Amino acid sequence: MNPRRKKRLTIVASLLIGIGVVSGLVLYALSQNIDLFYTPSEITQGKKGSGLKPSIGQRIRIGGLVVPGSVQRDPNNLKVTFKLSDMKMPIVFDKNDLLISVYYDGILPDLFREGQGIVANGTLIRGKSGALHVEASEVLAKHDENYMPTELADSDGKIHKKLEYSNTQLNNKY
Amino acid sequence: MWKWLHPYANPEVSYHFAGRMLPWFTALAALLLSIGLVWALAFAPADYQQGDSFRIFYLHVPAASLSMGIYLGMAIAAFTSIVWQLKLADASAAAMAPVGAVFTTIALITGAAWGKPMWGTWWIWDARLTSELILLFLYLGVMALHNAFEDKHLAGKAAGILTLVGVINVPIIKYSVEWWNTLHQGSTISKMGKPSISTDMLWPFLFCFLGFVMLVAAIICIRFRSEVLARNSIRPWVQVLVATQVASKENK
Repeated sequence: MNPRRKKRLTIVASLLIGIGVVSGLVLYALSQNIDLFYTPSEITQGKKGSGLKPSIGQRIRIGGLVVPGSVQRDPNNLKVTFKLSDMKMPIVFDKNDLLISVYYDGILPDLFREGQGIVANGTLIRGKSGALHVEASEVLAKHDENYMPTELADSDGKIHKKLEYSNTQLNNKY
Repeated sequence: MWKWLHPYANPEVSYHFAGRMLPWFTALAALLLSIGLVWALAFAPADYQQGDSFRIFYLHVPAASLSMGIYLGMAIAAFTSIVWQLKLADASAAAMAPVGAVFTTIALITGAAWGKPMWGTWWIWDARLTSELILLFLYLGVMALHNAFEDKHLAGKAAGILTLVGVINVPIIKYSVEWWNTLHQGSTISKMGKPSISTDMLWPFLFCFLGFVMLVAAIICIRFRSEVLARNSIRPWVQVLVATQVASKENK
């Protein structure tokens, strides 16, 4: 390789390394701001490493798995409350999981199910009992990267229970 | 080691080589895409959760991975253009940029169309979506720089530097779903171990993906040939080529 090319190669390589290092450091410094949401355990215990916690009254996004059996619907309106636990693989729910309740008044996305990952946008509030909850203004469903036909999911027991509606809701359907 | 590549630094040789490859790419793209898309959109099973909406996967994932793949190709071309001062590398980078921009746009639009019914929103500023949008802006910037100078050599240099600076965005897009909490799900195909998609859904995907790769290769061949002709229009071989083309048209 002739000296001029060698020089250009050094310049380009050091440019690339420099950019890599700089953006690595910037992204590392910003990592907590790039996260789209807090997980339930991060709300109660703070982020890993920095211990950063959202404050009461702050607008936050919370992401987690809807705990099976925790969804409670108001039969007369669209109000719904459910509990979220941290997302993890494989999906298992444990009594010791840190849970955060979410209150929402609105239409849930089609993919909303028990055991499903969701992201809710709302305000962090300390309730009368002292427990933290989120009053959500928007609930988004987060689906995972696993795709399979119904028959296969059925045999794996992955099909979730169908949503249950109260009689009043069913009667008012049309 | 690289001696065999040297003849292709000649624009005329490369022009004819791209011309010879073009029918193969076109035929393979037509074959693979017609099999793959029909299989994917009509015969592949619907997803257990998402039903038929899942089928947009077969368009969204190839478009998104190609948007990154084309960028890497462009970055390699920019690198060789800057270090070895190859004029042809500039021409190929200029040929790739708009194709990449179109595929990035396809990935963003199909992603939005998929996000609305499944997530409940067209757009969210999570790390994956935002970094993919930045990729689109990088492509637009590279295209703008290629056309900003009368002197194509200078334009190639400026665009090449932008391309190399922007290449850091590609690993960020790729790993955004692992490094940060995002609404976007993780990788299905390109991950360690078994792809998390059932086999009868994976096969049509492979056809679609390879079909889109061939389509991109064919489009880049066409664009590369016209770039080479435009940049060498004063060379005798181009003038002879044009003269024979015109003559054969007049004879018809």
